[in-house]
Amino acid sequence: MTDEHRAESTGDRPRSTTERTPGHPTGVSPAIEVTEVAVSYGEESVLQGISASVDAGELVGLVGPNGAGKTTLLRAISGALDPDRGTVRVQGQAVSALSSAAASRRIAVVPQEPKLGFSFTVADLVEMGRHPHRSRFQAPTQSDREHVRRAMERTRTAQFADRTIDDVSGGERQRVLLARALAQDAPVLLLDEPTASLDLNHAVETMGLVRDLVAEEGVAGLAAIHDLELAARFCDRLLVLSDGEIVTDGPPSTVLAADRLADAFDARIAVESAPIDGGRTVRALDEPAIDTRVHVVGGGEAAAGAIGRLGEAGADLSLGPVPEGDRAVSTAEAFDAAVVAVPRFCAVDAGAIERARTLADEAEVVVLAAERVGPDAPAWRESARAAQRLVVLDGTDVGREAEDPEDDATSADRLATAPRVGREALPDVVAALASGPGTTPEETARADRRREATLADGGEGAEDHRGMGSDADGGHPSGADAIGEAGDD
Amino acid sequence: MYARRRTASYSAGLLGALVATVLASAAIGSVDIPPTTVVAAVLNGVAIPAGVGLAIADLGLPFVDASLPLPVPTLSTTEPFSYPVGSTDQTIVVDLRLPRILLAATVGCGLAAAGTVMQGLFRNPLADPSIVGVSTGAAVGAVAAITLPALVPLGLEPMAFATGLLTAFGVYWIATENGRTPVATLLLAGVAVQALLGAAISYLLINSGQSMEEVVYWLMGNLHAATWSDVEFALPVVALGTAALWAYAADMNVLLLGEEDAHHLGVPVERTKRILLALATVVTAAGVAVAGVIGFVGLIVPHVLRLVVGPDHRILLPTSALAGGAFLVAADTLARTTPEVLPVGIVTAAAGGPFFLYLLREREVHRL
Repeated sequence: MTDEHRAESTGDRPRSTTERTPGHPTGVSPAIEVTEVAVSYGEESVLQGISASVDAGELVGLVGPNGAGKTTLLRAISGALDPDRGTVRVQGQAVSALSSAAASRRIAVVPQEPKLGFSFTVADLVEMGRHPHRSRFQAPTQSDREHVRRAMERTRTAQFADRTIDDVSGGERQRVLLARALAQDAPVLLLDEPTASLDLNHAVETMGLVRDLVAEEGVAGLAAIHDLELAARFCDRLLVLSDGEIVTDGPPSTVLAADRLADAFDARIAVESAPIDGGRTVRALDEPAIDTRVHVVGGGEAAAGAIGRLGEAGADLSLGPVPEGDRAVSTAEAFDAAVVAVPRFCAVDAGAIERARTLADEAEVVVLAAERVGPDAPAWRESARAAQRLVVLDGTDVGREAEDPEDDATSADRLATAPRVGREALPDVVAALASGPGTTPEETARADRRREATLADGGEGAEDHRGMGSDADGGHPSGADAIGEAGDD
Repeated sequence: MYARRRTASYSAGLLGALVATVLASAAIGSVDIPPTTVVAAVLNGVAIPAGVGLAIADLGLPFVDASLPLPVPTLSTTEPFSYPVGSTDQTIVVDLRLPRILLAATVGCGLAAAGTVMQGLFRNPLADPSIVGVSTGAAVGAVAAITLPALVPLGLEPMAFATGLLTAFGVYWIATENGRTPVATLLLAGVAVQALLGAAISYLLINSGQSMEEVVYWLMGNLHAATWSDVEFALPVVALGTAALWAYAADMNVLLLGEEDAHHLGVPVERTKRILLALATVVTAAGVAVAGVIGFVGLIVPHVLRLVVGPDHRILLPTSALAGGAFLVAADTLARTTPEVLPVGIVTAAAGGPFFLYLLREREVHRL
């Protein structure tokens, strides 16, 4: 214990301007304060100088890839391990200077994988939360019983108090552990992957309960959560931990940006606003299978689906022209695609068409994807027709060419004759086309022949390699089937 | 609270069972003595420690006569004298049978209590009181005392007690690194040290010559040489040790959740483990020193009681101890009434093994 700590622990604390939390008289500035904490296991450095703080009444999510040090940080805070350097203070007191009992009166921990291999009753287990408050020869007091009762009521575990812990479901078990932590009556609540073993339904229920408890009891909550969406939905703030360092700290809306997460997780990530609750959906993507530059023309679910599939596969995307607020726009933004959006219910201005044309010209392949591309959508027709290599998403109604007076002889059936491809096969076909000559009618006919040959020899012939490009073969056997499907039209 | 009521009722029931077993056992033997005579003889015997009170009572006899209805306790202490018990019966019960029976009860209590603690501490259903090598260590001391009396400075029992404690301490020391003693390391170190000491015992055994029978009897667990001085040594150690362990019952419950969880619930893990290990080891060593290696009591009794009363050590520990005492008294009664006068270890193993197997089949004992 350094002199500095001693001064603080003897009550010489700075005056706090924050409101005191009811029930926890020592509402001194940050409930958890981690300063320059470093931990290493042997030679391997796990945490390298972490500094962070959590206030009372705040639920902070600790996110990051496996091995980033989330659990280690929680253990350093709880005092389960002593950091190599740096200090952890809870309500101004250095945790390392506290006895186990004193520390556990301040810090309650909900463990990740509770070793509950024995048949204590739920009530017994919750009562153990009072252990740090009791002396060895003292019977449970009225206050102990009251805390246990209240904790069980808050977590809705009272109704199975007499069942053994083996006889309750995973979600109920997590609530029991939460009840135990509540009975501990500590101003700091640490949760290590509280939802790791739960299905979605119970994970949401548990996190909702944690959020409410943190807010209503005024405790400082810090939860390691591997599920980013869950973390973003329930936490007030997120700490992104990567390689033992905090790379981002802020509200979920700013932290959940694809590029930041991609850095932290060293992965390709797509973040999209979720229409259901205004939250965000985060998706980690496979390693990119293709790197084709693709322009998508169209809108609605069809275009969103095409963009999602192509973006997931790694294509470099652009979209337009498309009405503002179209379903496809948010998907395109999730993949960082360039978008030419035009106001709804207005004639598409020439500038927008020109910009879309530029994007389409830059693209190796243009994909037309919409529910219907009628004569009332000349901007789409025009953009598509100008494409060097065009693919039409299966299910897109391209209308009757005769209704379009501007169609000349060569381009009249361009939309009708372009290869039609199902959503799943899009990346493979696009990659194959990009390395091929183009989708003029003659090329299409040749492509048809190639396709037949491919199907005939099971997708492993030389033709396949020459025609479809190296990205499309090997690991993507569905590609050949899907092209066959597309040819059925 | 609920747990306390359960503890009280189970403990009272088992205490009654233990007393009944002791009295029944005292009635059985080569000479059958009627139960009433046994009770009378035992009560007569109980009066002996009250000899100090007796002197006062003698002086106060006129007063007792004068105010008979009031000092009832004083009257009851004088009552045993009015029981007419034949001097042979009195000698058989108090001097021959009672020390052996009480020693069996003491050792049974101690082994069962220590077994309960070790199983909880190691979170391993196979743990028994001697898992850290106490019994094997004590056996080395005892066998050395029997076979090489010239080289051993102490008597058999002090020697066994000392080597038992020394071995357990050594195992603990080997398994400790940087102030932490992982229970898995402790368990493996115990196994290794026991194997090593087993070799020493075997070597002493083949060179034991004339005293081989005595060595074998000791190794099988035997109460036939029980004396009051054995009881006077073992009973206080076991009683105090078990009481101290009981005081840690709540900590043991929390430790069952795992060491990290226990830490988060305010249990100083390493210190508590050290205290529990030390207490359980002393209790076991005291039992083994006076009764030899008696297996199965410390393994099976806690398991059976855990099935009956549950895993809560606040109930489990006292009930296990009482049940262990009653079980060993019964087993020893059976052992000494067989024609061959078997060592009690054979009876506990022969009776306990099959019963345990039956439990394994009937009830799922996959874990603690």
